[in-house]
Amino acid sequence: MSTLSLAVRDSSTMLRRNLLHARRYPSMTLNLLLTPVMLLLLFVYVFGGAMSGGTGRSAYVAFLLPGILLMTIGSTTIGTAVSVSTDMTEGIVARFRTMAIHRGSVLFGHVVGSVLQCLMSVVLVGAVGVAIGFRSHDASVLEWLAAFGLVALFALALTWIAIGMGMASPNPEGASNSAMPLILLPLISSAFVPLHSMPGWFQPIARYQPFTPGIETLRGLLLGSEIGDNWWIALAWCAALTVLGHRWAKAQYDRDPR
Amino acid sequence: MSTEPAISARQLRKSYGDRLVLDGIDLSVPQGTVFSLLGPNGAGKTTAVKILSTLVAADAGELRVAGHDLAVDAQAVRARIGVTGQFSAVDGLITGEENMLLMADLHHLPKREGRRVAAELLARFGLTDAAKKPASTYSGGMKRRLDIAMTLVGDPRIIFLDEPTTGLDPRARHTMWQIIRDLVTGGVTVFLTTQYLEEADELADRIAVLHEGRIVAEGSTEELKRLIPGGHIRLRFTDPAAYRSAAGALTEAVRNDELLALQLPSDGSQRELRSVLDQLDAEGIEADELTVHTPDLDDVFFALTDSSHQTDRTTEALR
Repeated sequence: MSTLSLAVRDSSTMLRRNLLHARRYPSMTLNLLLTPVMLLLLFVYVFGGAMSGGTGRSAYVAFLLPGILLMTIGSTTIGTAVSVSTDMTEGIVARFRTMAIHRGSVLFGHVVGSVLQCLMSVVLVGAVGVAIGFRSHDASVLEWLAAFGLVALFALALTWIAIGMGMASPNPEGASNSAMPLILLPLISSAFVPLHSMPGWFQPIARYQPFTPGIETLRGLLLGSEIGDNWWIALAWCAALTVLGHRWAKAQYDRDPR
Repeated sequence: MSTEPAISARQLRKSYGDRLVLDGIDLSVPQGTVFSLLGPNGAGKTTAVKILSTLVAADAGELRVAGHDLAVDAQAVRARIGVTGQFSAVDGLITGEENMLLMADLHHLPKREGRRVAAELLARFGLTDAAKKPASTYSGGMKRRLDIAMTLVGDPRIIFLDEPTTGLDPRARHTMWQIIRDLVTGGVTVFLTTQYLEEADELADRIAVLHEGRIVAEGSTEELKRLIPGGHIRLRFTDPAAYRSAAGALTEAVRNDELLALQLPSDGSQRELRSVLDQLDAEGIEADELTVHTPDLDDVFFALTDSSHQTDRTTEALR
């Protein structure tokens, strides 16, 4: 068998394994969805009056949802960090390493599995958003596709970072803790309140962290607001995090286990 | 069939940081035999298995497994070996059957054949009833059996078993021994590590004793037992006066004044025993306890590894 077909075959076997985990234990995935969905409902129905500043509930749902969707990705990849760490601490990866299989297939299975899970989660949370009144402002098919593409790239970037975190953690609990920034960062982005409402010294931090440019680009695509330079900052973040996470994860994976 | 050893190592060295784990070990395992690496915790057994099974790179040494140089073609070695580590390498989130099918897929077996092999091995290891349950719900013995069954999916000719019975109850341990014997009957070469001397005695054709990163002895069970002095007769007294007069009568005995015990070299024969008893009778001395000790692998092990252990053990036996 050629190297390529071996790689494809083993990678798809590993992907099937990861999807089987997700299917067998949907509670894990659903638990991770709980945070973004609860925040969505809490901010719309409980704080919504104060947050929207009198523009009305449906306007605030529209403002809020893009940030909640990216937060959903952060939350889902915490599960990825935990499952990578579980794999590494149990003997199963050691078994894979002593078999004549494509070496990269273990990570590949995690990456593709995680991105697919993120997309599913985003669709589910998006459906909740639509159910409570989210409507796009005449977004074209192309804008919907671009939005979907951005979500996928964002999922890939956070997945690689989460895999790096999972491998660096001594145990699954540690992985879950070290991946916390992935859902905390959206809280200090423009997800819940506009940037100009934040203190001046804090605005640059919120403005250029990975989530805000992504959120602003999604808003622009779906709601027709001004995108400006946010689209390329978002893409740059995605590319940088993907490369960084990939390097980090691979360096740790290639190291001899103790 | 070639006569090249299934596994051979020359001057294998490995250290982690400045801790030397394997200090130049040599070993050679002929095809179709069971080789046991015996040693206390921390002796380097697991490291040796990790290196020979391609998991970890050696610092130095000439290593050949299944006819391939480990440094040159690890992937070819991987295609011919099976490894069952100290900690069960099963995927606890999926069922036993799914674990088996995962292995079949990774060995690139056609679907139908994969199902057949999986079902056969599950039946052989008594796991058919549990096949549809998640592996995390299995008992320790079942997990270990599933682990070995997974290792056998690719029909490896060389199998590494790192402490396969550690933590198992006696029944599960005997089941595991039978599994290993059956493998050898099928012509498989087994490289086994254990800290149980009984296990090495039961299973291995050759045993190497690993201590602090060095092989301190190697040979068959019989050869190893011949390495240390034979058995002895032990006499224990409660009355110090009786102890003193016995020590006076049996001049060749080694004294332990603290425990009031005497130890005489003996081959355990009836004649020797009688002569000791005759001497005691002649002096009118009665020992409170008499034990005859024949050498076993434990003696070899303790003699070779740590002298302080031997004292501990003697103390324990005399209590």
